Amino acid sequence: MHRFANPARFLRIARPLTPALFWLGLILTLAACIWGLFFTPTERLMGDTVKIIFVHVPAAWLGMGGWTGIAIASIVQLVWRHPLAGVSARAIAVPGATFAAICLITGSIWGRPTWGTWWVWDGRLTSMLVLFFLYLGYIALSNASSNKGDTSRVAAVFGIIGAINIPIINRSVIWWESQHQKASITLGGSSIDSAYLAPLFVAVAGFSLLFGALVLMRMRAALAEMRIEARMRRMAEG
Amino acid sequence: MPHAPFIIASFAVTGVCMTWLVVSSYLSMRRAEASAAELKDRP
Repeated sequence: MHRFANPARFLRIARPLTPALFWLGLILTLAACIWGLFFTPTERLMGDTVKIIFVHVPAAWLGMGGWTGIAIASIVQLVWRHPLAGVSARAIAVPGATFAAICLITGSIWGRPTWGTWWVWDGRLTSMLVLFFLYLGYIALSNASSNKGDTSRVAAVFGIIGAINIPIINRSVIWWESQHQKASITLGGSSIDSAYLAPLFVAVAGFSLLFGALVLMRMRAALAEMRIEARMRRMAEG
Repeated sequence: MPHAPFIIASFAVTGVCMTWLVVSSYLSMRRAEASAAELKDRP
């Protein structure tokens, strides 16, 4: 891991990796959306609204995965003082918050025709809303308390403590009575028909690659800003 | 209740958010890297 602690070495890898992840992610995402929208059957109970699954589920996965990434990067920052860990945690925050928002909005839109309501204060929806607010808090905290690009120890601690919400979101449909359906995909298998499952996996892969490209772009921007700040400081000193 | 408006709205929200995210991330990266390169070349 410390092999990549050097920002110059990281940039040598990130520069060609960013367009590769972006274009592959974009192709897979568009293919999955076209496949899901036009080439999947109408579901018996939910009708055509089942097609919302191809944006809702990847957004939920990346909203939760993003915070897991922030928590891991924060631990690496605090324990091993890896110089890129804080940069990566901060780079994840805005894409993670956006995917959490997409999950909440598309879920609400899906809820209206299937449940008859835009919103219910049940465990799954509420804990996902809490995740979105945690993202906003993390973004505000890291912007307020750190230099350009890097993030502070306070924000890192917040990132680790906030991770307690991830298993709560995951288990919420089991622990509490919920309008939201139980987990359809588990380690033991899937209850989703293969006609929907295949394009769903392609959509998750595509959105995940796009997420990776976005994080790399934001890390590269943060590292460039840190270089500018260091250069300006040296110029001001003499 | 027709389902098409709900499906279109979901995909439109995702498309708009993704476009904003990609464009803003790409532009901030390009601007920062160009400024850093320009500053590096300055004596």
